[in-house]
Amino acid sequence: MNKNFIQEEILRSSGVNPKKCMKCGKCSATCPAYDEMEYHPHQFVSMVENGDIEPLMNSKSLYRCLSCFACIDRCPRSVQPAKLVEAVRLAVVRQQGKNHLTANDIPELIDDETPQQLLVSAFRKYTK
Amino acid sequence: MQRVGVFVCWCGSNIAGTVDVAAVAEALKNEPGVVFSTDYQYMCSQAGQDIIKNAIAEHNLTGIVVCSCSPRMHEATFRKTAAAAGLNPYMVEIANIREQCSWVHKDMTTGTEKAIILGKAAVAKVNLNTPLTPGESPVTKRALVIGGGIAGIQTALDIADAGFPVDIVETKPTIGGKMAQLDKTFPTLDCAACILTPKMVDVAQNEKIRIFSYSEVEEVGGFVGNFDVKIKKKARYVKEDICTGCGACVDKCPMKKNPNEFNLGMDNRPAIYIPFAQAVPKVATIDPNACNMLKNGKCGLCARVCAAGAIDYTQKDEIIEEKYGAIVVATGFNPISMEKFDEFAYNQSKDVITSLEFERLTNAAGPTAGHLERPSDGKSPKTIVFVQCVGSRCDACSEKGKEYCSKICCMYTAKHAMLTRDKYPDTDVYVFYIDVRTPGKNFDEFYRRAVEEFGVKYIKGMVGKVTPEGDKLKVQASDLLSNKQLHIDADLVVLAAAIEPDKSARPLATMLTASMDTNDFFTEAHPKLRPVESPTAGVFLSGACQGPKDIPETVSQAGAAASKVIGLLAKDKLTGNPCVAHSNELMCNGCSSCERVCPYGAITYEDKEFRMPNRTTKIRRVASVNPAVCQGCGACTVACPSGAMDLKGFANSQIIAEVDAICK
Ligand SMILES: Cc1cc2nc3c(=O)[nH]c(=O)nc-3n(C[C@H](O)[C@H](O)[C@H](O)COP(=O)(O)OP(=O)(O)OC[C@H]3O[C@@H](n4cnc5c(N)ncnc54)[C@H](O)[C@@H]3O)c2cc1C
Ligand code: SF4
Ligand code: SF4
Ligand code: SF4
Ligand code: SF4
Repeated sequence: MNKNFIQEEILRSSGVNPKKCMKCGKCSATCPAYDEMEYHPHQFVSMVENGDIEPLMNSKSLYRCLSCFACIDRCPRSVQPAKLVEAVRLAVVRQQGKNHLTANDIPELIDDETPQQLLVSAFRKYTK
Repeated sequence: MQRVGVFVCWCGSNIAGTVDVAAVAEALKNEPGVVFSTDYQYMCSQAGQDIIKNAIAEHNLTGIVVCSCSPRMHEATFRKTAAAAGLNPYMVEIANIREQCSWVHKDMTTGTEKAIILGKAAVAKVNLNTPLTPGESPVTKRALVIGGGIAGIQTALDIADAGFPVDIVETKPTIGGKMAQLDKTFPTLDCAACILTPKMVDVAQNEKIRIFSYSEVEEVGGFVGNFDVKIKKKARYVKEDICTGCGACVDKCPMKKNPNEFNLGMDNRPAIYIPFAQAVPKVATIDPNACNMLKNGKCGLCARVCAAGAIDYTQKDEIIEEKYGAIVVATGFNPISMEKFDEFAYNQSKDVITSLEFERLTNAAGPTAGHLERPSDGKSPKTIVFVQCVGSRCDACSEKGKEYCSKICCMYTAKHAMLTRDKYPDTDVYVFYIDVRTPGKNFDEFYRRAVEEFGVKYIKGMVGKVTPEGDKLKVQASDLLSNKQLHIDADLVVLAAAIEPDKSARPLATMLTASMDTNDFFTEAHPKLRPVESPTAGVFLSGACQGPKDIPETVSQAGAAASKVIGLLAKDKLTGNPCVAHSNELMCNGCSSCERVCPYGAITYEDKEFRMPNRTTKIRRVASVNPAVCQGCGACTVACPSGAMDLKGFANSQIIAEVDAICK
């Protein structure tokens, strides 16, 4: 896939404007999963801004982010780094082009504890 | 019919580059009333002005149109030119063919066409102009300074030095402001008290200066040269003229446990107190919320021990009315609240403090007599973490902080870090920064000394979280240059809190009809050319109320504001602006619409007797404009439903003539 196209996709689906980042590093200072990450939250922002997305998509630690949103809460510039992490993950899933979840799988997954919203969003995310 | 002259300026290539100036001069020749039309390279130059003067004499011109730059730039110049040639200066109209034409168009045809249209509009207007004469008003030769920080102090001293009386209104019991709370001051590290207190004494001893401490401005009326101000002197329950400041009452007061504002609540003061030893005026003040006598009628100890007999439990707030020719706002700033920054644990640990609290902790007259001790247990901190930019430089939609850089914190943090390493060399000192901004004389050298000579560890990155654990503060931060997350066990964390204007500034601005920006800093009349004047005539700005500033900048601005005030007070009379509103009494129906929209309170109503048919009379309520107060904004002329209100020099008929000329 074209590099610029993926960058645009990521920016569009995350709604993040990485140009607002002032490179303070507070997101990385706050991140509880920092030591397990190859690319840290502030690097994510910077690399997406520069269109340097391949390495992020190939990074083994892409799934180390806990989606705790601490970085979103504390970023002084309202950049929302975790949304970029999520958008890159989504780009990876989309690229694989597989249906990870089909309508048939759903009844099995329904139980009292799983919120319906979860299934709906999982279906939206993991199905082509 | 007017005899109009048209003068089209090239402004070098600024206008002539995109406007065919000769074509404009030619086209305007045929407009009604025009008897002379020409163009020249620089109309504002001596030679250009001579062309205008000669044409006025030669062609007996009764009005002129200059097609040139914005009237903000040279209207005054050309009015003077006209006056010198014997023409009333209000018979001059400017067609702005630079900012509103040549600079915004790229193409010669469009530019020329628009310049002609703008010229036609100006000619149409000048045909309806009438000579105007500005009125005069006297000047009250006394200034009011609101706020007694270093800004207000310096402004007052400079005005008094020129021989004019000045009153300072200060809301706290003493003047001095934030500078009185500081320990040493960058970049030279002189002790704040040593350079401030002599100035405070000068103020106290200066015969021209009166201090209204523990006082607030209640109401402002009038206009430049003639402000009427009501000042509320809050009851301090101590007779100011009798109290000697001996402090016997302070020692004896049994109600000792009240947070001491001067030390930012880090220790306590009695119900009757003198903020600090060098306070001016050095007079005791009773805190009515803490005093048992005022609350429950029991005690009265201070009255018994006061040898001078200065205590007066029955004192009431007092209103003082005074007239002033000029007003200077010097209400300063405050650090923002750290309540919303949970990540730094400010509310959870006493050992997380703001930089201003740090000043008090290191000040010899502070709660620890200058020994750097942890507020929680009094131990000396071995590891200190300073965090810069807390609440500054935030996104516009951030609810926690401010969008701007607070400007002073890089420098005072370097100062704190350096002084700590100097006095306690075995302390580890970290400074977390996003950028180090030190653009002042000897400022960057100062910061480099902190790093190179004093071994302060500057780390590019931010602190993400502070967690109190045992007697330590666990600091989690990023070190961006080594791409690491750091974990530091600190004993003390110091937050360089963003600063904001005093909360009282907004209501004060409303009283003064002075404008503010979205952050509540007072706006200057022009950011480059008129930095110490507010857009409201007679209101001047001094110090951090106009924007973040350190002491050197504050003092320069204070002196500049004083010189503007002196220039105003030195005049015996002020020439007003003749372009003011006036109402046609025969058309006015007294509906009050205009009064409601006038931002300057220039409109009042009077009951007037009018002659009616058959020798009857009728009393009607009609609007009347005070020409000295009216600023000519024109709001009332639009609000008036009966078309009675009109603006001299900008009459409705003149505006319509311009519009007609444009649409023709
Ligand atoms: C922690 C810290 C350290 C600093 N260190 C340095 C340094 O080392 N060197 C340096 O150059 N600068 C330093 N500064 C900056 C310095 O404090 C300011 O530049 C200076 O105090 C600005 O003076 P000011 O008079 O404008 O404001 P302020 O000092 O805030 O004075 C304003 C005064 O107006 C009064 N007031 C407010 N509202 C009203 C009202 N409505 N009516 C009447 N009175 C009112 C206030 O009570 C106050 O007395 C430091 C600032 C901080 C926070
Ligand atoms: S916290 Fe925000 S502004 Fe700071 S580096 Fe991270 S994304 Fe950029
Ligand atoms: S959301 Fe992810 S990147 Fe952000 S702080 Fe939490 S773990 Fe780190
Ligand atoms: S002066 Fe320095 S610490 Fe203060 S807000 Fe600006 S950059 Fe941050
Ligand atoms: S022109 Fe403006 S200032 Fe003058 S009276 Fe009308 S509203 Fe008031």
